[in-house]
Amino acid sequence: MTFSRCLPLLLALLVFAGCAKGAPEDKARAQGGAASRGSSFVTGSIGEPSNLIPILSADSASSDVAGLVYNGLVRYDKNLKLEGDLAQSWEVSPDGLGITFHLRRGVKWHDGHDFTSRDVLYTYKVTIDPKTPTAYAEDFKQVQTAEAVDTYTFKVRYAKPFAPALASWGMPVLPAHLLEGKDITKSPLSRKPVGTGPYIFKEWVPGQRLILEANPHYYEGAPHLSPYVYRIIPDNSTMYMELKAGGIDMMGLSPVQYQRQTGSREFLSRFNKYRYPASAYTYLGYNLRLPMFQDVRVRRALTCAINKEEIIQGVLLGMGQIAHGPYKPGTWAWKPKIEADPGYDPARAAALLKEAGYVMGSDGILVKDGKPLSFTIMTNQGNDQRLKCAQIIQRRLKRVGIDVKIRVMEWASFLTNFIDKGRFEAVLLGWTISQDPDLYDVWHSSKTGPKELNFIGYKNPDLDRLIVEGRGTFDMGKRRESYYRIQEILAQDQPYTFLYVPDALPVVASRIKGIEPAPAGISYNLIKWYVEQ
Amino acid sequence: MTNYLIKRILMLFPLLLGITLITFTVIHLAPGEPVEMQTAMSPKVSAQARARLREFYGLDKPLHVQYGMWLSNLAHLDFGRSFAPDNRPVLDKIKERIPITISLNVIALILEFGLALPIGILAAVHRDTLLDRAISVFVFAGFAVPTFWLALLCMYFFGVKLNWLPISGIHSLGSDALPTLARFWDLAKHLLLPISIATFGSLAGLSRYMRSTMLEVLSQDYITTARAKGVKERVVIYRHALKNALLPVITLLGFSLPALIGGSVIFETIFSIPGMGQLFYQGVMARDYPLVMGILVIGAGLTLVGNLLADLCYAFADPRIRHGRG
Repeated sequence: MTFSRCLPLLLALLVFAGCAKGAPEDKARAQGGAASRGSSFVTGSIGEPSNLIPILSADSASSDVAGLVYNGLVRYDKNLKLEGDLAQSWEVSPDGLGITFHLRRGVKWHDGHDFTSRDVLYTYKVTIDPKTPTAYAEDFKQVQTAEAVDTYTFKVRYAKPFAPALASWGMPVLPAHLLEGKDITKSPLSRKPVGTGPYIFKEWVPGQRLILEANPHYYEGAPHLSPYVYRIIPDNSTMYMELKAGGIDMMGLSPVQYQRQTGSREFLSRFNKYRYPASAYTYLGYNLRLPMFQDVRVRRALTCAINKEEIIQGVLLGMGQIAHGPYKPGTWAWKPKIEADPGYDPARAAALLKEAGYVMGSDGILVKDGKPLSFTIMTNQGNDQRLKCAQIIQRRLKRVGIDVKIRVMEWASFLTNFIDKGRFEAVLLGWTISQDPDLYDVWHSSKTGPKELNFIGYKNPDLDRLIVEGRGTFDMGKRRESYYRIQEILAQDQPYTFLYVPDALPVVASRIKGIEPAPAGISYNLIKWYVEQ
Repeated sequence: MTNYLIKRILMLFPLLLGITLITFTVIHLAPGEPVEMQTAMSPKVSAQARARLREFYGLDKPLHVQYGMWLSNLAHLDFGRSFAPDNRPVLDKIKERIPITISLNVIALILEFGLALPIGILAAVHRDTLLDRAISVFVFAGFAVPTFWLALLCMYFFGVKLNWLPISGIHSLGSDALPTLARFWDLAKHLLLPISIATFGSLAGLSRYMRSTMLEVLSQDYITTARAKGVKERVVIYRHALKNALLPVITLLGFSLPALIGGSVIFETIFSIPGMGQLFYQGVMARDYPLVMGILVIGAGLTLVGNLLADLCYAFADPRIRHGRG
């Protein structure tokens, strides 16, 4: 067959395909009309879940799905305060060492079995079992004794008061009757989970989608949207086109998409955009083992020379806010005004550097003892925002006479060859902000060893004391006091230049009602979302 | 011929062994371990938890022991279990992905050869005419335009603007409930864009190759003789020249065999096609050694078989090769 004969065939195929516009469900979705109950909801995810037994996975896709299938004993409410989930209530003993959970009665596993304290005890035991390959044993290892007092009472005791303990019981509870006595790593539950949560697992087509269905017996009432489809779309641009074509109902937008590509009347009639601070921050961290960064005046000068607002405008198109410390603005541990925080002030930066003994060299670079003030910012490959951020910083620091080079590296190589070995000068990275404000792992001086998270080598006895005090009491007022003071110290010392907290930018099809944005975001009340008749 | 065949087949085994040894060494040379990739920068993970995970995966053993274990498993056709948190057998993961990749690539390959060969012949026969130049521009456009860009453009035009074709994936939601024919049609619609773009992108190389071999044959003396004897041009081209011009293409077909299971990362990512390219990429990024080894061994095996088949075809066509007098 010649080319001239093939071409019409190809065109014919295209035209034929065009006759049947979209799949039936796409059409229904685009038209928007559907019943209140039983309306499907499709969301997109870049990654595929790895394992649906939550203690065996560490990726966000797995925890997103597991969050709909399982419950923990406690959870965060819309204002990010802890509330009972599978635990109806709990009390902390006066010495702060014991917690007694009173479990909700009448909750059933998706296979019809009753949920009891045996399940909680099993979950605890399997998590701390040395044979279980889990990353989540640490918080539970602080537990001294755990017992199922009766069917609906579960009690734990700690060696010393440990404030993050309560939140750690938000960990999904696993079904003992299906797992006890079996090798959890080979359990079919990793692909077909059985939980107590609002959605029942139905189907997983690898690489394509996961389908969940509403649990009609859920203790808070069945979710309205069902099935809940979790589509795996590894490319953000493709996901955005699927959104526009009606293939998915919800995704997180990039700042460019939010600001420049979703403003048309047509788009806004079909979708609602939301915007609130994400639980994450980006920072420029200095290797405090290097003499150059040991002088606090230099670190403060660096912060003074960096225009954080400009970074937010340039990198996030304004979709974020300045970070002054490791907490999310608006949360209870976040201090609204920090006196010691250096704002953008290049003149002050120059003065501080002069005070630190630097003089301007003939090439426009500051020099001290014959050494120019020059360092390399390292960041990981694949994060365009961080690279742009480094470039803006480079330009600003040049103006005050600091020479900055940028190096972008593949993640594994970056960690293994540079971070773990302390072979870096400055890094541009980000942390997610956990709901509990405990900072032990990232800021305590005992965590400066290899492969530990205080890899910049920050040591401050005052901060250590405050961190230990903060995690050692359940009194929220006292904890807040510790964390306020910690933020002052970090602002004074500037071991990092905290740069920004980006905004989360989810968009949801406007046919979905019942969304109430709150400090916790929008997904906290997903089971109450519905589609109007 | 039998001796030649046996010799060639026996040679495959040490070759495959060498390939596995080199790949095993190379993937372990890359910085970062699977455990690192899963747990790095997580405040929840202690050194003990890491050690526990390393032990679970057998990474605490010396490298040669790990290789020995892997090799002995392979002797029983056991590719081991993935180091991803799902810990599933590597073979299961590959089996899930391979049908779609093979189907896609076979169709693309048929289309590619089906289009490129006539295009090449047409260009050669009408050498230096307007048609030849137009064809050159067309195929080189496909070669020069980045696949991902073209893919996104087509997805936007056919998927979003016209709403004719699905944008990504290989099935619509709820397609399981459709009758067989409708299901097939649904699949076909999903594959239309990816296959067209894959084919368009690879037309240039093959059609140019076909054009040049055809031109070479057309300049041979026997063609001139045939023409001088007054044989019709159509007969000269399609009976005398084409047969000989097609011989080198056999080699290309042999090389295409491993590519059938390779898949393409960019392509599969853009169209959300759960194929081997994606799986391999994920495996490499997560340092999932058994998975990467599994895919590479199958790929290497197919490459060797492909080469063998191409050589056999050649030997069949040219007796000098099989008697070692090439």
